[in-house]
Amino acid sequence: MIKALNQIGRYFLMIGEVFYKPVKWKVMKTLIFKEIDDLIIGSMGIVAFISFFIGGVVAIQTALNLTNPLIPKSLIAFATRQSVILEFAPTFISIIMAGRAGSYITSSIGTMRVTEQIDALEVMGVNAVNYLIFPKIIAFSLYPFVIAIAMFLGILGGMVAGVYGGFIGQAEFLQGIQTDFIPYHIFYAFFKTFIFGFILATIPSFHGFYMKGGALEVGKASTTSFVWTSVVIILLNYIITQLLLS
Amino acid sequence: MIEIKNIEKSFGDTKVLKGISAVFETGKTNLIIGQSGSGKTVMIKSLLGIHTPEVGTISFDGRIYSKMTPDEKRTLRTEIGMVFQGSALFDSMTVEENVGFPLKMFTSKRNREIRDRVNEVLQRVNLEGSNKKFPAEISGGMQKRVAIARAIVNNPKYLFCDEPNSGLDPETSIVIDELIHEITKEYDITTVINTHDMNSVLQIGENIIFLKNGKKEWEGDKEEILETRNKSIIEFVYSSDLFKKVRENLLAEEEEEDNK
Repeated sequence: MIKALNQIGRYFLMIGEVFYKPVKWKVMKTLIFKEIDDLIIGSMGIVAFISFFIGGVVAIQTALNLTNPLIPKSLIAFATRQSVILEFAPTFISIIMAGRAGSYITSSIGTMRVTEQIDALEVMGVNAVNYLIFPKIIAFSLYPFVIAIAMFLGILGGMVAGVYGGFIGQAEFLQGIQTDFIPYHIFYAFFKTFIFGFILATIPSFHGFYMKGGALEVGKASTTSFVWTSVVIILLNYIITQLLLS
Repeated sequence: MIEIKNIEKSFGDTKVLKGISAVFETGKTNLIIGQSGSGKTVMIKSLLGIHTPEVGTISFDGRIYSKMTPDEKRTLRTEIGMVFQGSALFDSMTVEENVGFPLKMFTSKRNREIRDRVNEVLQRVNLEGSNKKFPAEISGGMQKRVAIARAIVNNPKYLFCDEPNSGLDPETSIVIDELIHEITKEYDITTVINTHDMNSVLQIGENIIFLKNGKKEWEGDKEEILETRNKSIIEFVYSSDLFKKVRENLLAEEEEEDNK
């Protein structure tokens, strides 16, 4: 328990340090663009693939469970939209990102720790926490953009599966996705996405930065980081939903 | 010149450095030697400000580290070059980017000026033509030379080397030792090397400090180390069969000369 509290305290101290004594903008600018390329652009493929097929599966599952002829078919589209916007895109994709980007962050920073690259930065007088973690936080501020694409592709996947699977007509689907649309849900989804983006940048960085040992420990740190990032995302998802939607 | 006075450092109940005093002179290659666990690494980390000694002072050309303001400490760090045991090159950067990194971070030099200076130091360490290679594409010896180039690119006043020869073959080790020695003279810097490589000791040891159990056991130069009667240092220096034979031959030669 004490160890866990110690780790939490250390995490928040690290967050404070991220914004202290920043490195030169000229250097930081390059690092930010590199991180955007690695973490955001580099994740687009897997995010697009998963979103499209998850959307399709949600539409098919909903269609197969609608056995009552009194329920309009447009509910398939409505359910797909709500599931994708409220949960599948922001939360499910964030868990995938914890595996994809999170493990990458932990292993790359962890390897820098093992090979004394972080010591080299510190000896030179560079704020290593700012140098390594701040660009990742800024890159992840674009994470809602990824989720917006995931939402679009999820609904598109639902439409393709629904229409070409013969479960619903295209006009009905388009009507369904506009039914009872509440713009606040978009705000809710993007708000939590923004928070998850911060978590995705900082928890894996924390596990990489403070890891001790060699190559084996880098692997262990990546696994631990994935577990904790997922746990925190799930817990925050519950808290945010309770606060904003209930 | 770096001067340490009576420094003590503990980790929990274990006292690692027990009142060490020494002077590391400018323009000389100062070596810290000793067995594993003797306190060498803690001492060099204390000099670098990574560890803070509980007792004693460390001064850099008269500037006492513990009395410096954060800004002064930051300035001091830009005057320090460090060569790590494993080179610690940034593996996402090319050789050129690695060497130019301190200039990019701490100077307002333009890209062209940085490139010129990088080429100059790469030439100095005999690595011209390797600018665009990544650390993974070059040998261990070349990596060490890149690390030396990165350490000297910003004209440091102090150069620290932690086991610069570890993992290198004897021939490459000599090249690295000579390079560090030449650079020390050429740039007139204070060089402190942490090593247990006896070849380095005998080749470039102008001021040698021998640590044992956290205490300074002996101090001298490469000539004096061969003649010392200190038991601990004899055991340490002549621990290998090769050096034992060298010592036997030296003593035999001495005896012969005395008989004549």
